[in-house]
Amino acid sequence: MKRLRVLMRRLAGIVPSACREQELAAEIDSHLQMHIDDNLRAGMTPEEARRQAMVTLGGVETTKQAYRDQSTVPFVETILQDLRFGVRQLRRNPGFTMTAILMLAVGMGASVAIFAFVDAALIKPLPYLNPTRLVDVTESVALFGPANLSYPDYLDWKKNNTVFSSMDVYTGAGYMLPSAKGSELVPGMRVTDGFFRTLGITPVLGRDFYAGEDLPSAPKTVMLSYAVWQKRYAGRKDVIGQTVALSGVPYTIVGVLPQSFQFARRNNAEFWTTFHAAGSCDLRRSCHSLLGVARLKDGVTIQAARADMKTIAQQLERVYPDSNRGQGASVMALSEAFVGDIRPILLTLLGGAGLLLLIACVNVASLLLVRSENRRREIAVRGALGASRARLSRQFITEGLLLVAIGSLLGVASAFGGIRLLLHLLSKDMMRRMPYFDVLGLNFRVMAFAGGVAVLAAIVFSLTPMLRLSVMNVREGLAEGARGSAGVLWRRLGSHLVVVELAIAIVLLVSAGLLGKSFYRLLHVDLGFQPDHLATLSVALPEVQYAKEEQQTLVARQIIDKVSALPGVKSAAITTVLPVSGNGNTDWIRFVGRPYDGKHIEINDREVSPGYFTTIQARLLRGRYFTDEEDKTKPRVVVINEAFAKKYFPGEDPLGKSFGGTDLSPKSMRRIIGIVEDVKEASLDRETWPTEYQSYNQNPDTFYNLVVRTSQAEQSVLPSLSATIGRIDPGIGTVDEATMIERINDSQTAYLHRSSAWLVGGFAVLALLLGVMGLYGVIAYSVGQRTREIGVRMALGAQRSTVYRLILTEAGWLTGWGILTGMICAVGAGTLMRSLLFETVAWDATTLLTVSTVLAAAAMLASYIPARRAASVNPVEALRAE
Amino acid sequence: MGDKADVWQGTLALMVLKTLEMMGPLHGYGIARRIEQTSGDLLILNYGTLYPALLKLEQEGAIEAEWGTSANNRKAKFYNLTRAGRKQLATEARNWEQTTTILARFLSPTDGPA
Repeated sequence: MKRLRVLMRRLAGIVPSACREQELAAEIDSHLQMHIDDNLRAGMTPEEARRQAMVTLGGVETTKQAYRDQSTVPFVETILQDLRFGVRQLRRNPGFTMTAILMLAVGMGASVAIFAFVDAALIKPLPYLNPTRLVDVTESVALFGPANLSYPDYLDWKKNNTVFSSMDVYTGAGYMLPSAKGSELVPGMRVTDGFFRTLGITPVLGRDFYAGEDLPSAPKTVMLSYAVWQKRYAGRKDVIGQTVALSGVPYTIVGVLPQSFQFARRNNAEFWTTFHAAGSCDLRRSCHSLLGVARLKDGVTIQAARADMKTIAQQLERVYPDSNRGQGASVMALSEAFVGDIRPILLTLLGGAGLLLLIACVNVASLLLVRSENRRREIAVRGALGASRARLSRQFITEGLLLVAIGSLLGVASAFGGIRLLLHLLSKDMMRRMPYFDVLGLNFRVMAFAGGVAVLAAIVFSLTPMLRLSVMNVREGLAEGARGSAGVLWRRLGSHLVVVELAIAIVLLVSAGLLGKSFYRLLHVDLGFQPDHLATLSVALPEVQYAKEEQQTLVARQIIDKVSALPGVKSAAITTVLPVSGNGNTDWIRFVGRPYDGKHIEINDREVSPGYFTTIQARLLRGRYFTDEEDKTKPRVVVINEAFAKKYFPGEDPLGKSFGGTDLSPKSMRRIIGIVEDVKEASLDRETWPTEYQSYNQNPDTFYNLVVRTSQAEQSVLPSLSATIGRIDPGIGTVDEATMIERINDSQTAYLHRSSAWLVGGFAVLALLLGVMGLYGVIAYSVGQRTREIGVRMALGAQRSTVYRLILTEAGWLTGWGILTGMICAVGAGTLMRSLLFETVAWDATTLLTVSTVLAAAAMLASYIPARRAASVNPVEALRAE
Repeated sequence: MGDKADVWQGTLALMVLKTLEMMGPLHGYGIARRIEQTSGDLLILNYGTLYPALLKLEQEGAIEAEWGTSANNRKAKFYNLTRAGRKQLATEARNWEQTTTILARFLSPTDGPA
């Protein structure tokens, strides 16, 4: 208690107080006076009286210092002294201070912001119970690796495996709900009974699904997402037990999911229903529409689980060769499956930000070196006056810490802003697929990262000037104008640092160039159709009312006719899968009169209306498109793409040839009537697979996309589309209205390429700026050091051009080395990120050449300024100066 | 000088408190002189060391200070014992007596009970 009180008083005493000093002086003074009075009375001479008083006191300054030490905490006091001195030093040199702090803040800000994203996506565990034990389980096929599961296969996998404590499947669903505009298609998810137990999620209200509740015989039940419970049911507790009609089918609400629940695969799902296998797909072993999630038993590794699943898949291949030939198994960590494509991008960005940070640190370090060089005399004087090496070191450390502290604070603040900014750049659709970015912020791990960077920076910045200190010799430092070995050492070190900086700048510039070029190539890839002036909208027919195929074709014709008649619309058509939305939605086929070994021939399958190809302006190579008369009553016909023709009819004319399903049943047989140039069905950066287009009228469906060619701006037509469909039947759901250009630009591929190109580009520009500033610093310093030498040279008759050459040669060497090293590293970096490059190689000559030209030009400009100063040196003044 | 003792660490505070209890409010110089006199000039006190000790007691709340005028009409800072100081003095004096008693028994064991 007493100790605490003393400590508080002493801490309070740290605040310097003139009043306290005066009082102390007065007290000591009065003490001496009284003592002297006594001494005089004892008969001493005035001098003796004074001397005796002083001796007995033990020295005025010693007493005062002992008193001060007691009145504050001496250790803190010296640190504060150092700090005050440090701040003064930094303020005396605002140019240096601002530059150093800004560089640090930029480097810190960029790397901390990017790290926050990396943390959210790659480091932070998924929000489930023991998330590392969860795996993503799917079938896999040779054509594209992990693919969907079929329900019968899932049942066998679940029954026969020995590695999972539980395994469940889920699939996306769309449910029609009545809305103000007519019908609204809301996203949902169909899951098997144990889905939430496998994840370790318990509902906040109501109950989880019972075992067996997903079977066709059980009553239909649904769980609500928290958001929907709030939005549609105003968070009322009595929703449990209520019935909701989803696409006209009644479901009983049994539970509400927690607010924190997220599921990256389909995070916007509003209704989570029990699976209830039904319809043509669910019970067919060859219809793959599900994804699996499983929890590993204790002690089972992912590799072991994968091996077990592969064995089961092989058994199924033997038992069901028709449907399961070539269907393997894929097991991977759930986190890996969720993160997918963005991992390499995030790592590239983190690398870029790290390089920027490095360049910033190198720059600040070399600035500190220059400064310590300039403070040679000050340090020497302080050393000569008795400051110990430790005390001098402490001063440097304090100054380094001060810089880092201010820079880090600014850096973290700007990182916070940077995160907000980057989040704004993410589209809504992207955010839905990356729910882990919802809770992005400066959490513990991010702050620890920032702290770690700051500590490293602090170590570098306090060590750099101390390095200088250790080679310094007091006498040499005091000697005015002396050029010792230290100057040479610094110049070598400084030059090396500049080469490093320039090399890093090159790496970042080249990376940005490569990514930029990839993005340009991506946006200018040949789509095989005209994407401008195309409006699109997804349409879902309620399955109950439109159960018959005739009804489906009839309403599709109506929709196309009504929409085509809208003002500003040239033509309208439908397709079951929009272009550029990705390969997939495949069919297995078999050719007539060719040997068949049971190995699946897998192709993209799309059903389109007769006017589809003319509407999107695809290019017909041979044959013809569908006619409106070709419906269920006519023999089946098909249009194939060029990739199909090249792969399966090399050197043959496909026109008139037929193919069918794997069983070659007469019903499945279809004749090729036309070949179109490849329409980009795949995402932008992928090859389009062989594709067949069937006539919608011969093979209708309840879900398709309306594609509309407009004569005016396509955005202006969008709102009238769903209204027109609503007038035909308010029960038809519409969703996702967007122009084709928007779809392409917002596609994940385009987005990822765009964001990485822009961000790395931004880093590269900053790096160029920092690198060139570093070069300028070194050359300017070198010129400053050599003023006298240049003066002598000029006095001896050297021309200005010779001086220019002298300085520019030095800069040229540094730049040359920087570019050379940078180029080698850049090709390496480019190779590392080749998965992000599109039709661009790591050693792309134009990029390398452009970057080196830009850097060389910038470097020459930066060194021209000091060179000019050197050339305009007045020899007389230069010689007199020192 | 050889037969004069230095002031032990920690005992100075006790001496200051006792002096103030005996003499009432007193300035630093007065306290120093008084301690020397009381010790029968056996102690040599570096007067300078008194001031940090006074400050420490003040920080502990055992004494308080006030400016006043000395007997010779000089301005001086007078220290006075607080209530907490009296308590502290009592405790420490008791502790000290105990210590000395114990030590005394150790140093002259023959005087102990047989």
